[in-house]
Formats: sequence, C-alpha cells, structure tokens
Amino acid sequence: MLRYQAALAKALRDELANDEAVFVIGEDVRESLRGVSRGLAAEFGEERVLDTPISEQAFTGFATGAALVGRRAVIEFQIPALLFIAFEQIVDQAHKLRLMTGGQASVPVTYLVPGSGARLGLAGQHSDNPYSYFVHAGVKTVLPATAHDAYGLFAAAIRDDDPVVVFAPAAVLGVRDEVPDDPYVVPLGSGRIHREGTDVTVVAVGHLVHDALALAEEVAGEISVEVFDPRTLYPFDWELLAESISRTGRLVVYDDANRSCGFAAEIVATAAEELPLVAPPRRVTRADAVVPFAVDLERAVLPSRAQLATAVRQTLREEARP
Amino acid sequence: MKELYRTMRVIRRFEERTVDLVNANEIAGVTHEYVGQEAVATGVCSVLRRDDAITSTHRGHGHLIAKGADVSRMFAELLGRVDGLNRARGGSMHIADLSIGVLGANGIVAAGAPHAAGAAWAFREAGTDRIAVTFFGDGGINQGVLLETFNLAALWRLPLVFICENNGYAVTLSAEHSTAGSMVDRAASYGMPAEAVDGMDVEAVAVSAGRAVARARAGEGPSFVECRTYRFFGHHTAERTMKLGYRTDEEIAHWRERDPLELAGARLEPAERAAIDQEVEALLDESLAFARASERPLAEDALAFNYAALEPRRGVAR
Repeated sequence: MLRYQAALAKALRDELANDEAVFVIGEDVRESLRGVSRGLAAEFGEERVLDTPISEQAFTGFATGAALVGRRAVIEFQIPALLFIAFEQIVDQAHKLRLMTGGQASVPVTYLVPGSGARLGLAGQHSDNPYSYFVHAGVKTVLPATAHDAYGLFAAAIRDDDPVVVFAPAAVLGVRDEVPDDPYVVPLGSGRIHREGTDVTVVAVGHLVHDALALAEEVAGEISVEVFDPRTLYPFDWELLAESISRTGRLVVYDDANRSCGFAAEIVATAAEELPLVAPPRRVTRADAVVPFAVDLERAVLPSRAQLATAVRQTLREEARP
Repeated sequence: MKELYRTMRVIRRFEERTVDLVNANEIAGVTHEYVGQEAVATGVCSVLRRDDAITSTHRGHGHLIAKGADVSRMFAELLGRVDGLNRARGGSMHIADLSIGVLGANGIVAAGAPHAAGAAWAFREAGTDRIAVTFFGDGGINQGVLLETFNLAALWRLPLVFICENNGYAVTLSAEHSTAGSMVDRAASYGMPAEAVDGMDVEAVAVSAGRAVARARAGEGPSFVECRTYRFFGHHTAERTMKLGYRTDEEIAHWRERDPLELAGARLEPAERAAIDQEVEALLDESLAFARASERPLAEDALAFNYAALEPRRGVAR
C-alpha cells in the first residue's frame, strides 16, 4: 500500500531511472516541500533536479526549450495558481508549437500540481482547480483519483511526447492504494468505472470520486449508482462513457471546478448531443466564486455530497422531454 | 564580406517581394518586415554553426535566412503551401526550421528567450559546445520573462547570447518612452558582459557577436549585445494604410543614409556587387516559382499536427 503522494514520488523516481533525458525543474524541488521529488537530487544529481528562482514564466519556457532539443521535463508547481503565471508558456507556446511548426517540434513536458483545489483555509489564491482552462485549450490534462492511477498516469504523462498537465488533488494526497512494484502506465484517455450501477452514471472528478463512491454505498439499497472516473480530462474517454450511459441512461457530473464553461459543462453538453440519455443531465459543481477564507464559507462554495444526492434523486424523477 | 552582403541582399529582396505578395493578397494576413535590420541577423548568424540554436521574433524572416533556411520553402510557407517549412501551419509569425536550429519565430514578445535558455542548458548538459542565441527587440527588454531569463542564464552561466535589436520602436512606442535606464546597464546588472554595437554595420555586429559566442562556447556564460538599428518599413505590412504619426519622414530618411546594404555594398567592387544582386534575383525568382507551384493544403488535414498521436475533437458532434 502506498500513499498517493508516495505513488507520485515513485513514478518520478522510476522515470528518472528509466530515461536519462528526464529532468525535474521547479521551486524547492530539491528539498521538496510536496514530497514528490524528495531525495532525487542526491540520487540522480543536481543537474537532473533543478531548483529555480521564483520565475515561473522563465522556468516553464526553459523546460520547453530543453524539450525542443531532446530532453523530457517535469515541472512542479507548488500551488495551482502558479499555472496562471505560466499559462502563456504552456498554452500559447508549449502546446501550440507542434502544430505551428507543422509537426517539427515535439514538447514532452509534464506540469505537475501536487496539491490542487481547496484544503480548508488556504483562501482565494491557493484553492483553485484550474483544469478546465487547459481542457478548453486542448492541452492534455490528467486528474488521478487514486494512488494506483496517480503512478500510472504520471508515468504515462512523462513518457508522452506532448505537454501534459497533471493535477493531483490536495484532498487525496494521503489516500492509500495498492501500487505494484514494477513500472506500469495507465494510458492517457482511458476512463475507469469504479463501481457498476444501473440507474445513473455519476462522472466524478479527482477527489470527488471517493465522495461519489461513498454516496453510492449510502444509497445502495435505494438507487444503483455507477461511478465513472475520467482520470484524463482531455482527451476524455467518450467510448467508455457511452457504454455506461447506454446502461443507465442518466448522468450527473460531480466536479470541483467553477460552473461556467467548466469541465462538467462540457461533459453534460456532449452527452446531451451524442449519448442516449433518458432524462436531462445534471451538474454539481463549485459556485462561480472566489474561495473565501473561513472554513464555513469555503465549504459553502464547494460541491457537496448532499448536493450530489439531491441531483441524483432529481435526475431519477425526471423523464426524457418529448 | 561578399557572403555577408549576399545574405543581406537575400533578406532585403525577400522582404520587398513579400510586401508585394501581401499587397497582392497572395500572402494572407500581414508580415513584419526586416528591412533596415539585415546587418543584425546576418552578422550574428555568420558567427554561428549550423548546430547552434536560435529563437526568433515576429520579425523573423531575416533570422531564418541568415541561419541558412531554404527561401523556396520560406516563400511556400508564407503563401500557405504544403512545401512550406511549417507545412503551411505557421505562416510568417511562427516560421521555424528545427533542422538548422531555428526553434521558432514567435508571436509573443520575448517568449522565445527561455526556450533558448533551455536549449543552451541541454546542449551543455549533453557535453557539447553548442550554444543558443535569442533575438528580441527593444520592446522585449521590458518583458518580465526576458528579465527572468537574464537571471537564470547568468546564474547558471548558460551558453547563451542575448541579441537585442533596438530598432527604436515597440510598434509605435519609442524606446526612449518605454525604457528606464540603459539597456546595456540593465543586462550588465545581472553580471554578464553587455555592450552596444552599430547594428547597421554587419562587420561590427559580427565582431561583437563573435566575442559573445566565443565566451558562450568556452563555458564563460551569457552575454548581451544591443544592436542599434532601424526598421525602414512599418511595424507590419498594413501600417502604410494607417496614417500613423509616431515617426517622421525626416527620421526615416536619416536612418536610410546608413542603409546596412549600402554600407556593406560600398566595401565591394561594383562589379562584384552587381553580380551578387543579379544572382539573388535569380534565386528569388526560382524560389517564388517553386512556392507558387506547391500545392495548397487540404481542408481535411486541418486537424493534423496538433498532437503526437491524437485526433483533436472536431467542432461538430459525431
């Protein structure tokens, strides 16, 4: 059994050992405040684990440049809001270079956020879940819910020849799971059904997978809930969701990101267009709000299990509109 | 000298023909012409090796030509044809040729600087003496990402050369109204050798850049060279229709007296110069004919090259 955070650390260590082109860059990565790169400088050398000054744009672009000439970079961002500073270098540079150069450029860079989302009291600038921005831009985006998937998806991201953003939700960094000793990958773009059900499919994102599983257990005597974990937000596993909806016909998306133009909105919209739903789909999301400091207020803007239960019951009461 | 003049002449005539092609709607959008600044790219790239890397700017045609790009494929790119360097996916502002170390022109000011730093670091870590050069303008000198890159490069003693092409204007804002202090002093404050050079004199640029490149190759870290130059044309092709008043005809005429091609051309025998000019026209005629004969890309291929191995989602439901 490994903790989620330890699974990320193991994946990074295994990939550094597996491929000499891999290097790690970021703020405080040698001391490793988040624990993902702890001890790696001693093991692999400081030339493969680079502590940088607080210069997010430059070190993000630096990774792109190194990748353009054959290296494979892993950048750690200690808080999700740092992605806003580096956004131009990720979305407008790293992501667009392959197309803009007509396929000449390859930019294998992984952006790891080990601690995304709210975690009680970190307030407005440390509590975002900014994955929808990257999905919107078409950047490969990964959000593992379990330690097993954290290892396999992080390793797959590092081996991928395109930029990949990996969000590790703060709420699950301590969750334990079986993680095999030998290296493995979970392919990008493959979803996972954690629990089968027949009445409604709940697409739960990141740490909310565990919450959805808890709800499914709570209501098991009354409602059969299927829990679908996308694992990769872009590309999304539409085939697996189509299979799931063909069994249940009903959909609720449970997503801890802002509501407007959020990830949940995309799933609901595409499902409405393309999948055989028998009732209107629903979303349970964060409010379109800045996360306030006080814990009572923070909880009030985040999606909750009670809201999910309500949405599940509502969708079961409704029939397809003519 | 003949080779330097020839390169500058190719750039000049490539750009003049490009303006005609934009005005004739053979090239879509606008381009940012390098006319007036030819000595900078030519002088700098004359002291580079083919396996060194450069990052370029929105005004990038000159850098590519000087680094050795095939002008036929450059024209094909600007015309949006499949034989373009970027297979018609980049156009003027993103033109690149990674096979000769051009990591890309760039539509965002100074955004290529950290790419050059990363490449320079990777070259050193691989145990080679390859170096990288990043070109940017007087506008770029005020971008945070460039100043962050100054720090990283100096701190890590990267084999990198910063070439500031001070053409006097960031679009319409003059350097004197945009930049506090001196650019050279700003760079020098990071602890790297920094100097200004006459950017209209290709030999002077080559000497100054040559020193910077030698330091980088010898493991002595980054340097900064401010090349004082001028663009004879507008910020982009469309500017002539905009009736802007940010600079005077007298000022442009004054700089044209120091046309880098005239300065370099005067150092050649007239017959030599005429022969080069003639040869360049023939090259460009042939290159443009190649580009015009190249196929247009197919709409069904519009989603290619977004990912290593993934089809993007289309704009309609399947």
